[in-house]
Amino acid sequence: MAALSKSWATKSGFGWMAIVFWALLAVLPLIGFIHEDPSFDYYMFMGQSMLIYGIAVLGLNLLIGFNGQISLGHSAFFAVGAYTTAILMNFAGIPYWATIPIAGLVCFGAGFLFGFPALKLEGHYLALATFTLAIAVPQLLKYKAIAGWTGGVGGVLLDKPDPPFDLPLSADQFLYYLCLIVAMAMFWIVFNLLRGRSGRAMMAIRDHAMAAGTMGIDTGLYKTLTFGISAAITGVAGALSAITVAYVAPDSFTLQLSVSFLVGLVIGGIASLPGCLVGGAFIVLVQNSSQSISDWMKVTFALRYDVPAWAIYGILLLVLMYFMPSGLMGGATALKEKLFGRSAKDDAASDSATVRSSHGD
Amino acid sequence: MEFFIQQTAAGLTSGAIYACVALGLVMIYVSTDHINFAQGEMAMFATYIAWMLIDAGVPFWLAFGLTALIAFVGGLLIQRFILKPLETAPVLALVVCFIALLSIFNALAGMIWSYTIKQFPSPFPQYDISGHGLVSVQQLGVVAVTLVMLGILTVFFRYTTLGLAMRAAAQNASSARLMGVRVSWMLALGWGLAAAIGSIAGMLVAPIVFLDPNMMTGILVYGFAGALVGGIGNPMGAVAGGFIVGVLENLVGSYIIGNELKLTFALVVVVGVLILKPAGLFGQIIVKRV
Repeated sequence: MAALSKSWATKSGFGWMAIVFWALLAVLPLIGFIHEDPSFDYYMFMGQSMLIYGIAVLGLNLLIGFNGQISLGHSAFFAVGAYTTAILMNFAGIPYWATIPIAGLVCFGAGFLFGFPALKLEGHYLALATFTLAIAVPQLLKYKAIAGWTGGVGGVLLDKPDPPFDLPLSADQFLYYLCLIVAMAMFWIVFNLLRGRSGRAMMAIRDHAMAAGTMGIDTGLYKTLTFGISAAITGVAGALSAITVAYVAPDSFTLQLSVSFLVGLVIGGIASLPGCLVGGAFIVLVQNSSQSISDWMKVTFALRYDVPAWAIYGILLLVLMYFMPSGLMGGATALKEKLFGRSAKDDAASDSATVRSSHGD
Repeated sequence: MEFFIQQTAAGLTSGAIYACVALGLVMIYVSTDHINFAQGEMAMFATYIAWMLIDAGVPFWLAFGLTALIAFVGGLLIQRFILKPLETAPVLALVVCFIALLSIFNALAGMIWSYTIKQFPSPFPQYDISGHGLVSVQQLGVVAVTLVMLGILTVFFRYTTLGLAMRAAAQNASSARLMGVRVSWMLALGWGLAAAIGSIAGMLVAPIVFLDPNMMTGILVYGFAGALVGGIGNPMGAVAGGFIVGVLENLVGSYIIGNELKLTFALVVVVGVLILKPAGLFGQIIVKRV
């Protein structure tokens, strides 16, 4: 057991490397004070988005990577989180920071409830049910009867919060720190959750549900709980996105959002915690540079058309599934092993379970 | 009463289209146990090909046949090149792969033909035959095409050697292989058929909803609902399920919840069937051996 927790501490993000990494992330906004750059606030906004997507992917990863339940409907929970924050800020006058935990709780409830029907479903069927959820949600958000709160098709405009206590930060620098603190809290929670008894139970269910059941694990309870927690984390990301973008609208929560979470998950690595941040950063980079990627592809492959982000996502997913099924983090580990000749056994290969080897039937 | 009949007829028309989509899903499910999330986008893509052919002056029914053929070959190639390497992969890898295909087809269509809505000609005249504005030839035509297709498929699977081989490969791959059936190719054929059926669904629905890269998203969800209601392993059931869902959707939409929550209705149907009666109305209950 000691060996296990040691490998966890070093591999999954809260060893000294993790501390250095988070510290670096915390120092980044300070560059703005030294180096005057008119678009610095925009970079900060990108940073916020990366962290937010990182949190959302973390939620999805907890469910898919560590519990083996497939969800294509996490855009729905992201939407619930965002709308909870928007409605609370607009109608209840609750300060933005207080809406974040409430959004988490609401999404936990939503996820827990959806987890019940999900209990009976496995693999393809669960993917199907959550796929339907992702498609249905934008239409539901536009529904007239609730348009008084949701703003219908037009959505809700919010005020961007100012830094508190007269901190000498710009609004975007401050929001970056807000996202960073929430992200650290979420990663810390998930890290501790996974390290303990519940985490082992979740992973046992992923690896062999029936065997886990015979060992005395209440598989139903753990699966619904995992669904709830996963939804809560993604919902917190949604709340943050509502605050930083200062706007929510139904059409930002389509299936495409779920697909981008999935891309982040697969890129970063299934069942890899640091991979979630890598994936989150990646999503934002692709979204922001899809125009230049498209231009590059047009020139390189002599195409006549623009290449939209969807196509880039799709191609990436396929390529990764074939050549790097364990994502960038998994690929990096494999490379390290090749270079330094560490045996795979030391690494407790099971916890970076790859797509191909995990929960096969 | 007249309104009721009108809505039921409209429901049967959309039901016929859902039935086609469901039939395509069942084709792939029966032969590979997979649920193809890209079914709708594949159909949409094929419909654009039909649109191009018709635009170039090819008569409708010739374009119809050609498109089905092209879709068949396309489905076959997708199975051979993209899915065959993943035959033994776990569910997650396959789901990711289907989502990737969905994204790629959607993006490709948007790239090549742009996201502006296009008109798609209908082979059937619009006038109604009852004289009361109840049932149009268009509606009858859509239903008829679906039923003819179902008939052809039934004959194919019941009375031809190839159909028998495909059923054998789906039911028990290893035994079929011992009998000399080339199982892997049967799966590819299943994909080809599914793509062809899907393209027919696309061409039938395009005159009604207009052609655009996102036209099949909602329809796919209803197709799923139809397939599940009928039992996802059963072609006849899928067609029946498609019709049931189509009629229910229209009646529930016009009498109870309004048009804006139709997709939510589909969600309720999908989740409800999966929980209450996972085998569907006509499906077999599969007992898993451990």
